[in-house]
Amino acid sequence: MEALLSLFVRSIFIENMALAFFLGMCTFLAISKKVQAAIGLGIAVTVVLTITVPVNNLIYHYLLADGALAWAGLPDMDLSFLGLLSYIGVIAAIVQIMEMFLDKFMPALYNALGVFLPLITVNCAILGAALFMVERDYGFAESVVFGLGSGVGWALAVIALAGIREKLKYSDVPEGLQGLGITFITAGLMAMGFMSFGGIDI
Amino acid sequence: MQAIKETLTGPIFKNNPIALQILGVCSALAVTSSMKVTLVMCVALTLVTAFSGMFISIIRAHIPSSIRIIVQMVIIASLVIVVDQFLKAYAFGISKQLSVFVGLIITNCIVMGRAEAFAMKNPPMASFVDGIGNGLGYSVVLISVAFVREVLGSGKLMGFEVLPLVTDGGWYVPNGLLLLPPSAFFLIGGFIWVLRSVRKDQVEATEFKLASHAPVREGV
Repeated sequence: MEALLSLFVRSIFIENMALAFFLGMCTFLAISKKVQAAIGLGIAVTVVLTITVPVNNLIYHYLLADGALAWAGLPDMDLSFLGLLSYIGVIAAIVQIMEMFLDKFMPALYNALGVFLPLITVNCAILGAALFMVERDYGFAESVVFGLGSGVGWALAVIALAGIREKLKYSDVPEGLQGLGITFITAGLMAMGFMSFGGIDI
Repeated sequence: MQAIKETLTGPIFKNNPIALQILGVCSALAVTSSMKVTLVMCVALTLVTAFSGMFISIIRAHIPSSIRIIVQMVIIASLVIVVDQFLKAYAFGISKQLSVFVGLIITNCIVMGRAEAFAMKNPPMASFVDGIGNGLGYSVVLISVAFVREVLGSGKLMGFEVLPLVTDGGWYVPNGLLLLPPSAFFLIGGFIWVLRSVRKDQVEATEFKLASHAPVREGV
């Protein structure tokens, strides 16, 4: 239990998806102009991560890993090279199912998330989390916690950046840095702030 | 011929994928601490973008529009698997250093973005050239960032000593900040600043104009 709790805190702060590994940067920079939109996107990413990481974990351990097909009588089969293709397939499929489900049963939430849902398929934080899960060899419980934690961490970062950018639009930025340039520098300063969590060991 | 040249060179400065279209930023930040790794990443991304553009363009008339994202994903993912296996076989050290970032070429928005915006509407040859062009635009930003980070951060270039370090009896005190990931943000921010100072048309419009300062005597 303690190990899981420490993994949760670590994946939010110390190994923050957006500010320590720079994953999901495209959406992070593009959709952080308004706090409202950033909150919607953050929730969507958290939900998708919490579902896809454990599902990919099961797929890896029971279908793809070396010897994982022993239950089907194929103990020498190693399909791990198909990993990338299966993970992205699972992510695309789950996003599509979620979209249909929300449209049917929770139209309010569906309208709030709007265009962000299809965008999530190509958010590298989602695929990145699946690949980290495989690389670090997480078990099922760990993968649930890791998915939830990295989603919350990403949401926290994008909402914080949106808050800063909303304040920043009243400031006098040099012409060439206007917009994207100053956003990069803001994100860099935020990343340095998050680096101070680096030494913490729980 | 002119059109092909335009497709090839346009994305390098005029319509740069990273600086203007905000595509493919993630890997630009994470893999630029050493030149060797960066070059491998650039070559891999350029090849994947070019070939995925070509293949998608070949079958573009047969893809139903409702499932086109998944079809594009499958083509891109298969190409990335080829690159990944190739690197694991012939450059294992670099493949370990790139870790998940080779896999993340799949979700690199440059590849998806060009497939969606260009390859779905243009013939195969043009899409191939467009892929190479955008790959080059990406490489220009990455290589310039990696150059600054490696030379000033560790005094080396491609592993050879350029600036002799103080610890080895030289004169250069390395700037540790440049080895840390956040420095890439500042460098890309600076790159955008330089690019937009030269090309004024890329400057974004301001949402609010500041009123000019009050005259000095009013302040007294």
